[in-house]
Amino acid sequence: MSKIHVTTSVNGDPTEFLCEADETLLDALRDRLGMTGSKEGCGTGDCGACSVTVDGRLVCSCLMLGAEAEGREIGTIEGMAEGDTLHPLQRKFIEHAALQCGICTPGLLVAAKSLLEKHPDPTEEEARYWLAGNLCRCTGYDKIIRAVMDAAQEMREAS
Amino acid sequence: MALDDKQQYQTREFKVVGTRVKRPDGVDKVTGKARFGADMSAPGMLIARVLRSPHAHARINSIDTSAAEALPGVHAVVTRADFNEITDDDFTADILDNCMAGDKALYDGHAVAAVAANSPAVAKAALKLIKVDYDLLPHVTDVDAAMAKDAPVLHEGRTNESVPDGMSPNVLARYEFGHGDIEAGLAKADRVIERTYKTEATHQGYIEPHACLASMGPDGQADLWCCTQGHYMVRNTCATIMGLEQGQLRVTASEIGGGFGGKTTVFLEPVALALSKKTGRPVKMVMSRSEVLRATGPTASSSIDVRIGMTKDGRITAAFAELRYQGGAYPGSPVEFGSMSAFAPYDLENVKTVGWDVVTNRPKQAAYRAPGAPMAAYAVESAIDELAKGFDLDPLAVRLKNAAREGTKASYGPTFPAIGLEATLRAAKDHPHWTAPLGENQGRGVACGFWFNFGGDTCVTLNITPDGTVTVSEGNPDIGGSRASMSMMAAEELGIPYEQVRTIVADTGSLGQNEVTDGSRVTFAVGLATIEAARAAKREMCKRAAMVWGIEEDAVKWEDGAAHPAGENAGKHPPMTLKDIAAVASNTGGPIAGHHEANPEGAGVSFATHMVDTEVDPDTGAVKILRYTVFQDAGKAVHPDYVEGQFQGGAVQGIGWALNEEYIYGDDGVLQNAGFLDYRIPVASDLPMIDTVILEIPNPGHPYGVRGVGETSIVPPLAAVSNSVSEAAGVRLTQLPMSPPKVLSALHSK
Repeated sequence: MSKIHVTTSVNGDPTEFLCEADETLLDALRDRLGMTGSKEGCGTGDCGACSVTVDGRLVCSCLMLGAEAEGREIGTIEGMAEGDTLHPLQRKFIEHAALQCGICTPGLLVAAKSLLEKHPDPTEEEARYWLAGNLCRCTGYDKIIRAVMDAAQEMREAS
Repeated sequence: MALDDKQQYQTREFKVVGTRVKRPDGVDKVTGKARFGADMSAPGMLIARVLRSPHAHARINSIDTSAAEALPGVHAVVTRADFNEITDDDFTADILDNCMAGDKALYDGHAVAAVAANSPAVAKAALKLIKVDYDLLPHVTDVDAAMAKDAPVLHEGRTNESVPDGMSPNVLARYEFGHGDIEAGLAKADRVIERTYKTEATHQGYIEPHACLASMGPDGQADLWCCTQGHYMVRNTCATIMGLEQGQLRVTASEIGGGFGGKTTVFLEPVALALSKKTGRPVKMVMSRSEVLRATGPTASSSIDVRIGMTKDGRITAAFAELRYQGGAYPGSPVEFGSMSAFAPYDLENVKTVGWDVVTNRPKQAAYRAPGAPMAAYAVESAIDELAKGFDLDPLAVRLKNAAREGTKASYGPTFPAIGLEATLRAAKDHPHWTAPLGENQGRGVACGFWFNFGGDTCVTLNITPDGTVTVSEGNPDIGGSRASMSMMAAEELGIPYEQVRTIVADTGSLGQNEVTDGSRVTFAVGLATIEAARAAKREMCKRAAMVWGIEEDAVKWEDGAAHPAGENAGKHPPMTLKDIAAVASNTGGPIAGHHEANPEGAGVSFATHMVDTEVDPDTGAVKILRYTVFQDAGKAVHPDYVEGQFQGGAVQGIGWALNEEYIYGDDGVLQNAGFLDYRIPVASDLPMIDTVILEIPNPGHPYGVRGVGETSIVPPLAAVSNSVSEAAGVRLTQLPMSPPKVLSALHSK
């Protein structure tokens, strides 16, 4: 079976890859492009560790085919910081100790960034429901929610 | 080993310890750069997949791999026939049998063969070409059913001499702890209650599936990269299974995406090594979530009888528990720890526990955070709560009245030194949470918990670089911020800023033996070794300064990050800082390092009290957690953020265990919920903030007073949540999880 040629954009970089017809976007990112920041925790869209954005929309990259990236703009954790400047969410996650093992962190950050782009001033409950698709087994979510709320406030004050 | 006096706790003013510094692995983990188990590749690498038994119990008559081997792209297939049998080490033989089934598949998901191929797609296709001829056998997955005399038998001849004749061969061991006279004690009680409690198996639920990359050459040398809580354990276990010398197998631990005890053994690594040996190529293996749930972990399910007598003023006169734990298809359920810990929080004249280790057709249990203790505490704390409420007594006051304290002879044998249980109970009583009003269908529960904590083999090397920065090499994978904690303790002891120290987790070739990251041991034992390594480096630096100054070594003291002339030489030479001494190291005897190797005792037991408010929906039986507060003794909180994180994480895992999580088996013995959709761990919208109160009762056995904190936090929540739900529902619940159907049925039974 011949592979599919895909032309896409990843974090603003023009990118091409070959993938199998049944290969997920997550596998294409990790195994074809070496972008291992997105993680596979379940492969069934239940844990959110593979969260990326496609044309600005938050998706589980394990539930999308690599071939579907054709002509789209993909955003991953690797594109979140600008050069050596961390995104406020990344900084706040470190300051609030919002990670322990760190495996869910890339997905949570991508999802939280997507939340704040749509809802710059979320309530705690809104943040908890938006992030309900991202499983974390270490923290009990307390420090994650604090980091997201703090980052939201800082980003509102800066804008 | 007797404790060196200097390793005992001494009061001190901390400068670095107790602050909230940033973790050294933070930037890598928020940018996606950190490399976890599945993130590593090697040139020429093959991908391997495992074929697993679809049956709960079956004899394997034959495995035909020829069609799979003939598939283009397949490089090797291994079955049990590719491994040497281990005849002199039952513990490791069971691990091998769990990694690759022998003559029987013992549970749904048991590995029976593995394929290495040039792509994941080919490996997956090859699995379908392997033909396994099975004879189905009767199976059993429930602990009480497995103890019945006519139960299907997993193994013959594995029963320990502690088990009386006439029991099912599935009962492998019996444990007993306690002192005093139970019947005499019960006779003094105003009320005796007898209850049976059941808990289901739960999985550690780490988000990172197991993964490894193995490379083994014909020269007998091998390298292994894997996510594990203990790469030295991986080395030793794999060396035994593969017939390698330990020194020839170098294991490097990846960043670890959660473990909670579940990564303290091996599942894939020997298989990857065997495939690499057979193909001469590096082999990568990564589990799917379904494989993780079907074939790794979980913890034991339990069935526990409790009999407790209490006077009407709240004094426990006698306490007895019989604990039955199934630990899957092999010996080693954590029932011994459950039996030891069940009554550890209480000062009891008459106490006894009996534990039974039972096998069933389920995956081999792995340690899960305070293994065996949460279910025992659930049973005991439920019964105590029911007695206290029956006498209309304050449940915190009853616990305070019976609380173990310094000098108490513990139910499992030892006499406690300074401990923090009373402090946690008093803090709970004084907290505004205790007196906050409750609404309709709401309840408040409390419970106490205990964990032993542990020391274990530990090596640390601390190197002084030529420019006077410090690197610490330790051998324990960092699962919750321990590299930061080690850097803090090194900086504290050396009297230098935290930023001047960097801690790394070294591979198995770089240090001596290190016990796995378990038993809440790392901040205690590795911390102690780090402090001692820093002290050794300080002694050497004082010696170098003495050499420069031309005075006696013992006339130099170390203060605030510098060597100072002391005694009659005081003030005669300007102090030499760590950087000054490092700069002249080459001319004063060569590089400077300190190291420490030990198996430290004195880990310092740990106690916690949890308080939780819940609301029960009378129409659906759903339970909402309204408020949660953890009170726990940390000895000394090295990094308070990470201590709070351990408290919160343990509490929420306990909430999941209490309310949602369970292994559900069908009549066919097949796991029905092998995915995160149906095995539902708590999500952000299920929870409120988890408040924490850190108590600090110094551990006498650690120079800074540190106690382990990681495990105790999962011990009280099962009972605390159940006591809260029972109050809210107005009916006592005695089985976990308290999923909506169970709560609804309890409400209807009122």
